[in-house]
Amino acid sequence: MASTAQDSTAPLRGPEKKDEEDMGEETEFSPFYGIDKGAVLQESRCFNDPTPDARRCQQVITKLLYLLNQGETFTKKEASEVFFASTKLFQNKDVNLRRMVYMCIKDICPSADEVIIVTSSLMKDMNSTTDLYRSNAVRVLCRIIDSQLLMQVERYLKQAIVDKSPVVAAAALVMAQQLLAANTEIVKRWVNEIQEAAQSKNHMVQFHAVALLHALRATDRLAISKLVSSLTKASVKSPLGQCLLVRYVAQVVADSQPGSGTEQRPFYDFLESCLRHKAEMVIFEAARAICNLKDVTSRELAPAITVLQLFLSSSKPVLRFAAVRTLNKVAMTHPLAVTNCNIDMESLIVDQNRSIATLAITTLLKTGSESSVEKLLKQIGGFMSDIADDFKIVVVEAIRSLCLKFPAKHRALMNFLSNVLREEGGFEYKKAIVNSILLLIQESGLSHLCEFIEDCEFTFLSSQILHVLGAEGPQTKEPSKYIRYIYNRIILENATVRAAAVSSLASFGAKVESLRPRVVLLLQRALLDNDDEVRDRATLLLKQLGGSAGGAGAVAPTLDIALSNMERMLSDYVAGPTDRPFDITVVPKSATETRRSKGGAGGGGGGGASAVPAPSASSAVKASTTEEYVELLKSVPALAHLGGDIFKSCEPVRLTEEDTEYAVFAVKHIFDSHIVFQFNCTNTIAEQADEFEEETVVPLDSMPLNAVGHTFTVLARPPNSWALGKMANILRFRVKEVDPSSGEVEEEGYEDEYQLEDLEVTPADYIKPVVVPNFRNSWEELNPESEKSDDYGLGHREGLQEAVEAVISILGMQPCEGTEAVPPNARSHTVLLAGIFVGNAEVLVRMSFGIDSASDVAMKLVVRADTDKIAEAVHSIIQNA
Amino acid sequence: MTNIQDPTCPVVKCILLLDSEGKRIAVKYYSQDWTTVSSQSNFEKSLWNKTKGTNARQEAEIVMFDDYIAVYKYVGDLMFYVTGSQDENELILYSVLQCFYEAVSGLLRQQIEKKTVLENLDLVLLAIDEILDGGIILETDPQLVSSRVTMRGAEGEGPSASMGGAQTFSSAFASAKEHLARSLLK
Repeated sequence: MASTAQDSTAPLRGPEKKDEEDMGEETEFSPFYGIDKGAVLQESRCFNDPTPDARRCQQVITKLLYLLNQGETFTKKEASEVFFASTKLFQNKDVNLRRMVYMCIKDICPSADEVIIVTSSLMKDMNSTTDLYRSNAVRVLCRIIDSQLLMQVERYLKQAIVDKSPVVAAAALVMAQQLLAANTEIVKRWVNEIQEAAQSKNHMVQFHAVALLHALRATDRLAISKLVSSLTKASVKSPLGQCLLVRYVAQVVADSQPGSGTEQRPFYDFLESCLRHKAEMVIFEAARAICNLKDVTSRELAPAITVLQLFLSSSKPVLRFAAVRTLNKVAMTHPLAVTNCNIDMESLIVDQNRSIATLAITTLLKTGSESSVEKLLKQIGGFMSDIADDFKIVVVEAIRSLCLKFPAKHRALMNFLSNVLREEGGFEYKKAIVNSILLLIQESGLSHLCEFIEDCEFTFLSSQILHVLGAEGPQTKEPSKYIRYIYNRIILENATVRAAAVSSLASFGAKVESLRPRVVLLLQRALLDNDDEVRDRATLLLKQLGGSAGGAGAVAPTLDIALSNMERMLSDYVAGPTDRPFDITVVPKSATETRRSKGGAGGGGGGGASAVPAPSASSAVKASTTEEYVELLKSVPALAHLGGDIFKSCEPVRLTEEDTEYAVFAVKHIFDSHIVFQFNCTNTIAEQADEFEEETVVPLDSMPLNAVGHTFTVLARPPNSWALGKMANILRFRVKEVDPSSGEVEEEGYEDEYQLEDLEVTPADYIKPVVVPNFRNSWEELNPESEKSDDYGLGHREGLQEAVEAVISILGMQPCEGTEAVPPNARSHTVLLAGIFVGNAEVLVRMSFGIDSASDVAMKLVVRADTDKIAEAVHSIIQNA
Repeated sequence: MTNIQDPTCPVVKCILLLDSEGKRIAVKYYSQDWTTVSSQSNFEKSLWNKTKGTNARQEAEIVMFDDYIAVYKYVGDLMFYVTGSQDENELILYSVLQCFYEAVSGLLRQQIEKKTVLENLDLVLLAIDEILDGGIILETDPQLVSSRVTMRGAEGEGPSASMGGAQTFSSAFASAKEHLARSLLK
């Protein structure tokens, strides 16, 4: 629903006018053909006539309402003019006109201070002897008044609730429901009248009274439970009221403590009796409530399933849909309970309504027996191409689960999947198919391989398969079933295979926590192996599984960094004289594009100023990669003492307006104990050559036209601390004129200054994203006392995704486990972030987002870090953002 | 727009009357899900696209998409829709839909086509107003709805209505004439 602000106010009649020519004949029939807002507003002046023509006024009101309905908006002035004029029509005795005026006032309701003039007319109507005047007046009045005015008319509303005319009472009750949110206290005072209305013989009055009684107690669980027991004893006649009661009962049952063992659920009898109600909507509501009961037993389900089964053969699609949708849900938890309906369900496969057909098939796939699989597949294949993608995905998922249930039908199901893969379909649909096939390969393929190594005579193949088992097995649904096959190898095979089996086994222990004790037990037996390699592996892996020597994560280490980066860092490390151990965390995670040859990478430190790269002018705008920065900094002699390991380089920040004489970008490089500001300066004026003079540690020699020059400022700070602040920047330079004809540079030149924008150093600059393999474990490893939690309001947002992205980009941390993607239509979402603070301090963030109906987003931010100070710093990033 | 706090109360999110090309004739939205005209018209378009190929002339049909349930029925060259949240009881929505198209057919003397509906748009809008208020179901009996739309029983304001005998012959004749005129105009 993408809409621009411009669109949102545009009325819908636009396109109709456009194809006037070809629609000419048809539109001429329309009484609204060529309608124009201005003209209609002009016409509405007839309301002011001393003796208005009722028929004409009705037509004008209809036109106004037509315009509103087509999305036309009235300005405040227009609205109040129409409003004032229409109030005059209260003088008119024509009842139909009066009815239109009521509706008109509700739809064109101006601001609160203007409604006052109509209240006296409405009050008069509220005391009229005509029922329809009373009911309409109540509805209009409640729509336009505020709580102060409500107090004044309270007396009349109370009367209206117990009015003997049902239309008045129902109107008053419905309005009370809508007033409740803003005026709880006032509505609460009417409870006696509402109680009385709940006894009403009229269905609608009773329905609304029951709804209101519940809404008044909505927050009080005990009161609701009392209300429900009294209502279930009294007879609620209205079908809608009975539906409400079923919902309340379901709520009470869900909130109550589960009864022990055979004890019957409270209110179950009531639900069951509703299954025999006259009205279909009550029967369905009760059946649905029973099916949704927590831990429902098959005995409790049986009567509900029976009535739903009757619905399945109804002639009304709505009933069939309702029934099959509910049964489909039941089939997930109680497939056996639904099998009775299979015959009725099968006839629905060819239902005209595709939603019904799809739901029927997926239900059958869940409940069907092995023998019916082929028949089902044939029927599905017939109409797969006719249904929408989202339903196809449901079918594919059902087939996948069927595959896992009936391995014998594997071939038929696989065939079906491969056939549908070749047909037309969107990304999500194809993804579902591919994922299903991959899963099936994994599940069935692995078990085939397990069978194979049972008597495999080739050592090489056995160890290869054992490796695959170790890598893939732990991710399957039932990893435990592979353990036996692997352990058999440890007992029966030669040394090479035994060693491979030990590693494979350990990786199950590392990745599947529940299996770990059993794996440890098995590995201990390998400690006495007569082969060195096997014993060594077993010893090391046991230690790791026990938590030492790197912990379980080290058993099957996952290298989430780009190997090319790793290689470069290592070669730098070997080339440089350093005593410190190599630190893997400084290796950039993402693969960087190498745009230049790495020829001088190793010895850049001594290269001198000539090595300053001179990329094209446009590259100043591009975000340079970390790798380039490292080489660039190394190439500057004055900066060589800082060492090559930048903790983090921030994105370039523009310090000048666009299209000025000098374009300056700043890049912040964070080192362990320094910050280096790199200023990329571009001169855009022809005929000038500039020279840096001072204020910079590394001055820029000259700034020729459209080439990028770099200048650096180094600030020291205590190691592993973080200094924050804002810096004012002034570009001081000497301008030298260049003779355009000869190209000679003038001798003297003149001094000039150029004010740049401030550059701020924030805590976010000291964090860099890092990938954490298992967020939960890392979270629990961090000291819980460092935890800092706070709530923030993020104000109005387009959607959750936008809010999540904004916060992630502010924090500059790495989202983990795919939590950065918000599922569509989610009202709340949790994001996990990981990062590393300068000085190798780990910091983890858990953010819970929620969005309300007005699109206001709230966020709860929980931080855990190595120290309290870091956790606070993360909060301060959000506070200052 | 609705301000219902109690989530257990059945609520209609929108009620639509579209023509055979999916253009709106009379609509009423009660939910914050669609706040702009363009989002409403996008919804109408996608709903119409989903349902146009189906046969909903004999019996009302149902479709579920985008977290909504819509029940709908075609009568003449018009399409009647009632939409609720996906957790809503389908049969309650159905009862609203049934009341909607039956009340409109009754009010238009079974002349359900775009032309008559546009000529009597006031009656259709009033019918919607009598069936739903702020998304809450006000009445599901089509007879009652149409009698309230035409304000039957309210002619001759005040005492004359309650004391039928006092109604003069001329006023009775006048109202009969008005009735006749209205029915002929339709």
